[in-house]
This record gives sequence, structure tokens and C-alpha cells, in this order.
Amino acid sequence: MRDWMKAAGIRSSEITDRALFERRRTLIRASLATGVGGLIGGASLPVRAKALSMPVGESRWTTEEELTSMDTATSYNNFYELGTDKADPQRNADALVTDPWSVTVEGACNRPGTFTLEDILAPHAIEERVYRLRCVEAWSMVIPWNGFALADLLKRFEPTGNAKYVAFETVVQDGMPGIRRPVLDWPYREGLRMDEAMHPLAFMAIGIYGDEMPNQNGAPLRLVLPWKYGYKSIKSIVKIRFQEDRPETSWNLSAPNEYGFYSNVNPDVSHPRWSQAKERRLAGEAGGLAALFRSKIETRFMNGYADDVASLYDGMDLAKFH
Amino acid sequence: MAGVTGETRVTGEASGPPRAGTVPARAAMLKRVLVAPLDAFVRSRALKPAVFLLALTPLLSLVHLLLTGGLGANPIEELTHRTGELGLRFLLLGLLVTPLRFAIGRTWPVKLRRMLGLFAFLYVLLHVTVWSVLDQQLDLAAMWADLIERPYILAGFVGFAILVPLAATSTQRIARRMKRRWFALHRLVYIAAAAAVVHFAWLAKGDRVEPYVYLGILMALLLARFARLLKSA
Repeated sequence: MRDWMKAAGIRSSEITDRALFERRRTLIRASLATGVGGLIGGASLPVRAKALSMPVGESRWTTEEELTSMDTATSYNNFYELGTDKADPQRNADALVTDPWSVTVEGACNRPGTFTLEDILAPHAIEERVYRLRCVEAWSMVIPWNGFALADLLKRFEPTGNAKYVAFETVVQDGMPGIRRPVLDWPYREGLRMDEAMHPLAFMAIGIYGDEMPNQNGAPLRLVLPWKYGYKSIKSIVKIRFQEDRPETSWNLSAPNEYGFYSNVNPDVSHPRWSQAKERRLAGEAGGLAALFRSKIETRFMNGYADDVASLYDGMDLAKFH
Repeated sequence: MAGVTGETRVTGEASGPPRAGTVPARAAMLKRVLVAPLDAFVRSRALKPAVFLLALTPLLSLVHLLLTGGLGANPIEELTHRTGELGLRFLLLGLLVTPLRFAIGRTWPVKLRRMLGLFAFLYVLLHVTVWSVLDQQLDLAAMWADLIERPYILAGFVGFAILVPLAATSTQRIARRMKRRWFALHRLVYIAAAAAVVHFAWLAKGDRVEPYVYLGILMALLLARFARLLKSA
């Protein structure tokens, strides 16, 4: 077992028995195939009942807080390539073409290559994790994601000792309305330190609420890094690169004094233009008058995942390295 | 386009009605059917009530959206944004009055300026109320902290603060009593508009285009206003 796998806390016992995950894979595929219909009028679906068709991930990472409705999660998005209004990504969802899809893996690893989506997903058992996602704009959601640990994906490519960081890139397609203007420097890029990427909390999601990932949420595959601001959870990934230098990240390029590399959720480190002490939780009943009078909630250090990930940043000045 | 008869005559010189089908005939018909009624309308007493209703429509639309869940997943944010943008738009419409008046050589726009200004104040007041009551939940400590720590909120507050005395002194009676001081006070509206645009530009994330559109419009209006001043100097 490699050193970095040990460091990431991956136990050989966690690697699933092949026969078991083949069975799970068939079950998941079947449930995902019938799940598309759930996207229409999703708010009234018994979300929990649907999710039980697949194994649930380690319970310590699945929160019991009130879920965001699927309707909200798929109609209120930041995906600037599809438009800068919150309603645009759903409205322009068809501008994103997800079939065919390939992911190029390159850089400091022993098994680089360009892989079809099927090759990328094939060996992984899908599980559900209910994560909080906190946007830097001070709103948050609670979403049941379907996918697998990012570490399980990355270790397939055997990153070498030179891989200190891993960089990710989002697709750019001609039909996307948002790329005509350099709202951000396209393609959208993000990156993680290697130990962050290999941490069991880092999740590669391919679906939500037991359904295939909707385009506006970053189909067909995207990261979910629940202890960081939402923009780190890069969508619609087409490139993964292991590298020695810290990767460029789009929001940092756009405003370096506002968006750092680590972007860990921290109520004590304000955004220069607004406070990060509180957030508006978009959960439960979305519309109607009741939503107007709900209070903001206190933002938690590392979005409440400090017990799991704070050790990654021991000794770091979190105000400086935000 | 030449008339059926192939004649073209310069309008205004003829005696008697223009010959049918000629350019002057078409112009006269347009004037009769479109321009004259519009002209009568803007000079009538129906102008102000009509504009009043038009200006109220966005508010009614917002209430409707609010009650039917049409404001989306984050209604407070949406409500804050839309009332703010409406306030800014009415401010700019008010600043459009004088340049428009000189451009068309008519005085009817001036009749609308006070109403446009008061609607701007209404929407800005709603904007500030939504922010302080629904978003900040009247947490005065948090609001004060935001005011002194976030420049964009300070800019917004400056804009709002200026509009308050302007709205309070908007009646004819007060204007008559204040005379020259009234004009000096109301010139502050330019600062209010600039503060509003800066407020919007500073809160936008990424390279958003809308704040700069408003900035462009404001600059064009200020230029139009002060170009006249420079010309007459």
C-alpha cells in the first residue's frame, strides 16, 4: 500500500469486494436510468425513499439537517458558462452537451490518458452522501449527492511523488452563452493540494437525489468539497492534472484579494466586501411568504466539517491563506 | 419615397391640403393619426395618472411574484435586488427629464420629474426596508458593522440618505418657500445617482455587465445635462 494512501487514511478493508460492487453497480445503473423523470416536479418526490435504492455513505458525513428541495437545488445555480443569473443555468441547460464525454488525465502520474465517461465511472460503487454546500455569496444548501470518493478515482492514475497538487478544468463548449464574455477567464479551473484531494471527505458526484446530475448542477461529473466555498466544487470536469506547482484557480485569477486558493469556509475571515459570519440556508419550503421571515444561520468553521479536515491546515494562518 | 404622381414638394410651403399620395400627404396623415393624439395626451391631465399607474406596475408585479413563489429559491435576495434596480432606474429616468426636454423642445417631461423622483424614493425605501427587516432582521449591531466595514453598503446608504430630504421637500409649497436653496438641495440627486451606481458596481461578483450599463447611462445623462451648461457659458 502506498504511503500517500496510508496518509489519506484509506484502509485496504475499505476497498470493496469486486462481486459486491458489480451487484451494486447494476442496481445503481438501473435506479439512475429510471430516475430522470424525477427532475420534473421534483419537489414533491419522497427524496429519502428514492435515495434508499443505493448504499448510503459513512453516516458521519451525512447530515440530518433539513434537505434543500430538488426544485431549489436545480433552479438556483452559479454556472456562469450558462449565464450569470441564478435561473440561467437551468434555462440554458441544453447548451451543455454531456454525451459524448471524455476526461483527460495528465501530469505527474503513471497512468495518464483520455478516458470516456464510462471508463471513468465503471469501477466505482455509487453511494449517497448528504453534504452541506456553502456558497461564498453567503447562502447554503443541503443536498444528497450520489457519487464516490475522489481519492478512489485519483489513485487509479497512480500519481507520482511529484504530484503536490491536482488541477481540474471545466468544459468549454461553443453553445454556452456565458463564454462569449470573459466574465471569468475560461476555461473554469480549480485545484486542490494533494492531501485535500485524497481526503475521504472529498467527493466526486455524478448525481443528486438519486437522479443523474442535471446539466445546471455540473453534469456529468463534478466535485463536492463541503468544507470549502462552493466555487471550489468544480463542475463538468474534462481535465485532471497532477502537478508540482499550485494550480491557477478561476476566482483567484479574477480577484486575488477576494478569493484565495484554499477557500475554506471560515466565519472569522470576511470576504472584503461582505461578512461571512452568517448564511441564508435555502432548505425546506422555498417560495411563499414563510421564506421571507426565516433567519440567517451562523456559519460554522469549515462549514461544520472541522473535525474531519481541520488537521490538514494545522499551523497555517487561515486569514492569510484563505 | 416619391408619391404616386412622382412629385415631391417641401412641406409647409403649400397652400391648401397636400395632394393625396405625396410625401407631405403621408407626413400629414402620420401627424393626424399618431403625433397629434400623443401630443394632446401629453398636454392633457391624463398624463400624470397614466405615468403613475405605469410606475406602479413593477411594484404590483413584485407583490404578485412574491405571493406565487415566483421569486425563486432565495426570495429575499431577489426582492432586494429588484427593488434596488427599480430605484436606480427611476432615478435615471428622473435625470433624463431635462436632457429630453431640450432635445424635443417641449416642456411636458418636466411635469413628470417629481413623480419619477418620488417613485425612485419609494423603490429605494422598499429596498432599504427589505434589507434591514428581512435580510438583517433588524440586527442593528450587524447593520452598523456592515455600514462601517463594507464600502458598498456605505455608498448605498449615502444614496438613500440624500433621497430622504429630497422626498421631504418635494412639494410645491416647500419649494416656493425655500426658493434658491431648494435648487441647491435638489442638485444632490446627481450624487445620489452616482452613489447608487457605485453601490451596485461594488457588490457585483465577477465581471458583471449590468452595473457598467447603468454607469454608462448615468454618464451620458450627466454629459447631456452639463453640456448645455458649458455651451451657454
